[in-house]
Amino acid sequence: MKTKATLSQEYVKGLWDQNPVFKQVLGMCPTLAVTVSAINGIAMALATTFVLVFSSLIISIIRKLIPTQVRIAAYILIIATFVTLVDLVMKAQFPELSKSLGPYIPLIVVNCLILGRQEAFSSKNGVGRSVLDALGMGTGFLGALFVLGGIREILGTRTLLGFQVLPDFYEPWLIMILPAGAFLTLGLLMGFSNAYIAKKKNKERETLREKYLKPKSPTVNAQEA
Amino acid sequence: MTTTTVNPTYRLELTSSPHVHSRWSTKQAMWMVIIALLPPTISAVVFFGFYQLLIIAVSIGFAVGTEALIKTIRKRQINIKDGSAVITGLLLALILPPNFNLAFTALGSIVAIGLGKEIFGGLGYNIFNPALVGRAFLQASFPVAITTWEKPNFAVDTISSATPLAAFKFDSVVTQLSSLFIGNIGGSLGETSSIAVLLGGIFLIAIGVANYRIPLAMIIGVIVFGGIFWLVDPVAYPNPLFHLLAGGFLFGTFFMATDWVSSPITAKGMWIFGLGISLVLVIIRLFGGLPEGVMYAILFMNAFVPMINRYTRPQIFGEAK
Repeated sequence: MKTKATLSQEYVKGLWDQNPVFKQVLGMCPTLAVTVSAINGIAMALATTFVLVFSSLIISIIRKLIPTQVRIAAYILIIATFVTLVDLVMKAQFPELSKSLGPYIPLIVVNCLILGRQEAFSSKNGVGRSVLDALGMGTGFLGALFVLGGIREILGTRTLLGFQVLPDFYEPWLIMILPAGAFLTLGLLMGFSNAYIAKKKNKERETLREKYLKPKSPTVNAQEA
Repeated sequence: MTTTTVNPTYRLELTSSPHVHSRWSTKQAMWMVIIALLPPTISAVVFFGFYQLLIIAVSIGFAVGTEALIKTIRKRQINIKDGSAVITGLLLALILPPNFNLAFTALGSIVAIGLGKEIFGGLGYNIFNPALVGRAFLQASFPVAITTWEKPNFAVDTISSATPLAAFKFDSVVTQLSSLFIGNIGGSLGETSSIAVLLGGIFLIAIGVANYRIPLAMIIGVIVFGGIFWLVDPVAYPNPLFHLLAGGFLFGTFFMATDWVSSPITAKGMWIFGLGISLVLVIIRLFGGLPEGVMYAILFMNAFVPMINRYTRPQIFGEAK
C-alpha cells in the first residue's frame, strides 16, 4: 500500500509543487481579472482561502454521507453558503474592496480550484488532512495572486499596496492594469518558472547519469548506437 | 542515450519544413528590406526633422541589444548580422508618431524583440509580426503619447496636426489626396508619404523579396470593401482611394503583411490573408472606435496564418482525395 504523506507535506505541497495557479492552472478567472493591484489580489486570495478551508472541513466530515450521484450539487451548496457569508461580510466591513472586486466574490462559487480540491482531496481524506491541504492551496493561491498583483500594480500604477515605489519620471504602463497585462505577466511568470524547473531537472539527470553510467570509450558507444 | 562522435566533414543539414524557395538568402533579403525602407526613412526626416533619426537609432539599438542579450542568456548563436533585429527596430520606429519619447521607443523595441520574437524561439518561429507587437504594446501602455501627432515641416494652415483618418473620423474633414500622396500630413514617421512607401514596396516586389500576392490582395480588398460602403453613402464613408493612401495602409501592406515568417506560404493562403486583412481594416476604420486599424488587422490575421496554411495545403502528387 502507498505510504501516506506526512501532515506537513499536505500543507507544503500547495505552496509550490502543486501551486494552484502556476502548476495546476486552476482558478484562472479571478487570477487574471482581479489582480490589478496587490491589495485586490490579497483580498481575493483570502476570501477564496476562507471558503476553501471551511468547505473542505464540512465536506470531509460528511463525505461518507453524500451519495456519489449528487455529490457535485452537494458540494456547490456547501461552497455557496460560505461564499455568501464572505460576500455579505465584505460588503458590510470593506465596502470599497467589495466594490473593486465586483462580481468576482460571488463567482468564487464556481472557482474550479475549490471544487477541484473537494473532488480530488476532501472527498477522499480525513478532516485534518483536508483542512491542511486547503490551507496550503490557499497560501499558494495567496502567494501567486500577491506576486501577480504586485508586479501589475508596480508597473501599471507605480505603487505597491498604495505606496509609491517608483519615481515620478516613470510613466506607468497602462497595459499592465488592462487584461492584456494579466495574460502577459502570468504567461511570463509561468514560462520562467517552468524554464527554471526544466533546467534543475536536467541538471539532476546529468548528475545521475554521471554517477551510474560511467563514460565508456567512444567505439563502444558507436556500436551501441 | 549514448553519445556518438560525429565526423565534422560529413554533416547532413536538416531544417524543418516549410521550405521557401528564393534566390535570396535570409541575410541578403533582410538587407534588401533595409534598402527598401530607405525612402520612408528619408521622408520621415524630410517631413518631421532630424530628431526622428534619433528615434530610429534608439529603436534599432535596443532591438539589436535585446536580441543579443536574449541569445546570450539562452546560449544560442548570435545572428545579429542577418539583419532581422535591425529591420524590426527600423520598422517599429517608422510606425511611431514623430518626436516620440525615446524611453518609450526603447521599451517598445525591447517588447518587440523579447515578446514578439525571441519568446517563440527566435527568427522563423514568431506567430506575430514583432514590430507590430511592439507598437501594440506601446499603444496599450501609452495611449496619449502615441496619438500625439506633430505637424509636418511644410504644413500650411489648412493642414491640421491630426492624422487624416482621425480628422475624417472625428471631424469629417477630408484631406486632399495629393497631400496624402506626397506625405505632407500628420501621421507616423514612415507612413505619411505614400510615394516613398510605394517606391520601397515596388522595389521589394521587383527583386522578388516580397511576394506580390499579399499586397495585391490587400489593395483589391480595400478597394472592393471600402468601395461598397462608399457607393452606399459617399458622404458618411470615404472614397476607397482615401483608404488606400491614408494612414499606415501602404506601409503595412508592403512591409508588415509581407513578412516571411508571419504570413501564409501557399499562394491561395496569401490571397485569403490579404483579403482578410483588408476586410478587418475597413471594418475597424469605418465602425471601430479607433481611426486606424492596419496594425490590429494584420495582427488579427497573423493569428490565422497556421490555420490558413493548413487548409490551403496543395494536394500532394498522387494523393487520392
